[in-house]
Amino acid sequence: MSGSQGTPPTHCACTIRTEDLCRHYRLGDTLIRAVDGVSLEVRSGEFVALLGSSGSGKSSVLNLIAGLDRPTSGSVIVQGRNLARLSREELSKYRLHTVGMVFQSFNLISSMTLEENVELPMRFAEVERGKRQNLAHDALERVGLVARMKHRPSELSGGEQQRAALARALINRPQLLLADEPTGNLDSRTGTEIMNLVRHLNRQLEMTVVMVTHERALAERYAQRLIFLADGKLIGDQANRSAAGEIKSQGERS
Amino acid sequence: MKLPDLTELALRNLRESVLRNSLTTVGIAVGVASLVAMLSLGIGLQQLASRRLVKSGLFDTVLVTSRRDLRNFGREEQRAGPAPGESRILDEPARREIEHLPNVLEAYPDIRFITELRYEEKPHLTMVGALPSSARSTDAFDGMQGSFFSSETAAEVVLQKSFAEELLGKTPQPGTDETKVAELAAPLLGKELTMRYAQRAVAQLQRPGGANAHAGDSAGKAQGSTSETAYSVISREQKLRIVGIADLDPESMRGPTRARVFLPLRLAESLHVMQPTDLREISRAAGAEPVYSSISVRVGNPTQVQLVENAVQKMGFNTFSILDATRSLRQFFAVLDLFLGIFGSLALAVASIGIVNTLVMAILERRREIGIMKAIGASDGDVRTLFFAEAGAMGALGGILGVALGWTIGQAINFGTNIYLKRQALPPEHFWSVPWWLVAGAIVFAFIVSLVSGLYPAGRAARLDPVQALRYE
Repeated sequence: MSGSQGTPPTHCACTIRTEDLCRHYRLGDTLIRAVDGVSLEVRSGEFVALLGSSGSGKSSVLNLIAGLDRPTSGSVIVQGRNLARLSREELSKYRLHTVGMVFQSFNLISSMTLEENVELPMRFAEVERGKRQNLAHDALERVGLVARMKHRPSELSGGEQQRAALARALINRPQLLLADEPTGNLDSRTGTEIMNLVRHLNRQLEMTVVMVTHERALAERYAQRLIFLADGKLIGDQANRSAAGEIKSQGERS
Repeated sequence: MKLPDLTELALRNLRESVLRNSLTTVGIAVGVASLVAMLSLGIGLQQLASRRLVKSGLFDTVLVTSRRDLRNFGREEQRAGPAPGESRILDEPARREIEHLPNVLEAYPDIRFITELRYEEKPHLTMVGALPSSARSTDAFDGMQGSFFSSETAAEVVLQKSFAEELLGKTPQPGTDETKVAELAAPLLGKELTMRYAQRAVAQLQRPGGANAHAGDSAGKAQGSTSETAYSVISREQKLRIVGIADLDPESMRGPTRARVFLPLRLAESLHVMQPTDLREISRAAGAEPVYSSISVRVGNPTQVQLVENAVQKMGFNTFSILDATRSLRQFFAVLDLFLGIFGSLALAVASIGIVNTLVMAILERRREIGIMKAIGASDGDVRTLFFAEAGAMGALGGILGVALGWTIGQAINFGTNIYLKRQALPPEHFWSVPWWLVAGAIVFAFIVSLVSGLYPAGRAARLDPVQALRYE
């Protein structure tokens, strides 16, 4: 959408904007409307939670924003670029440099050590070897995993794996962090640990964070804005009034 | 992705399912080994045949015969043209003309006759040939015992090995080792032989204007004097000293080296020994100017043999060279190599199906991994080249292993066959050859075949939808 930059002048602060976004697919004879006319905006530096029950289309919206999937109709505009119009090659560059992703199931490559996993995006970005090793070391140091960098994911706990996944997501310094149920496979204590790390990134590095979750409490505790989805449609978009969570977590940090 | 990264990732992926990938690599290795084994057998046999030909010392020689000679060496197509009765006579002027052709080093008559040689009062009937002093430098006389002729007119002989054995009464027994030339040399060198031969003498009285005979005024002169000349045949003897014994293969080629006893060329000429052609040329050229049954033409470089052959044919003579002898042989080997190559490649084709299978399996297994790589920013090209690199690495490794394996198999077969040959009382042969271009070619071929095999799996992996791939458990 080339006109999107010109027409509404007040939308300059938006880093993500979807317009009448649809993602339909066929399963046998039935047409599944996974995402059905979703229009939303996320401002730069915002922490947004996408909420909904399973099958509500929240993960599909996240995949469309991540450039892993293409919309059936409508548009996703990230930093002024319409993802629907990018070629496969441009889309992969977008995923490489603009987006960092974490998943419920961590998605580390099991045959590689933590260090190699964290390094992998830089291989695709053709960063030279020495620099790559330094950056991977620094990233693992930030998430407190330097001691385990030569271990394989299967030798680590869930929380450690998710921290490594976070380090990998951030290694190419993306502006956008997309998290799909990041605490879904973790116990509440390690979940909190991960979420504090995410909020820290959001605040300190001013990263835009979009998190998919079905836990309203988690969303209210960390996100600035809550977007509700059901059956592929947007059913609510509200600022998070419970500032208590923020104060509490700030207290935890200090 | 950069090449070193790509190679490193590909190799570590291959190590991940080490059994399957090494079996695939072994498959390629076996394919390459069969290709190498087949081709090196073909090349080895070809070299074996060529070696025999080189030993005949005729690679730079063209034999020239007259078209009048019905027993000619020429090929069928050469018989077209002037009728045998009208074509040129191969006489001294013709020889000089041939000698002045470009690229020709020398042209000398082939003097060969069957006669009796006496050694210690025992007669031996054999073929005697004449050699120019230039023959000393040809490969054919490698490993000769004694020395070459001291001059072109010296009354000396060089014996072929089998004749030397005959003189000493040693007939080679099958099953025993070959006699060394050196063993024969000791009792024979310096000894004398008596050659008895028929000399052709010009009946001078009937030949007017004999002084003109030396003017190089070609065939016309000889023809003009036909009716007035005649010759007589006189029995003669000539003492000859044995100076050398050569290890030649008398059966390998037609030509001067087919004889078993050799005289210096000028001496042989001066003896005017009766030759078979004289009988046929009796009506026209019985003068002092001899008519030759054949002339050997030595060419500066083996590559110019064909040029010289063409030039001599234009003069109206038949030619014969080793090129003609090997033409059908080379054709045979080209076809043999082709067939052996096809059979060898079949195994490699089967192996390449193995690569396709392994990589397609790997895609199914690593589907999620491909999804992850795409999610964190790998492009289609990254995924494609990664699978390509895996195929290529298997191909290159298989190629190297296969060449080693093929070479080992070849050595083993060569060894085994030589044991068999020894039992059959035959001399050992080295009929196995792996030239460097075959080594390099086989590895490159295996590499290319495996890249081609990787095309489909790599394309399939690259097109994988990341969302579906990530959903896959």
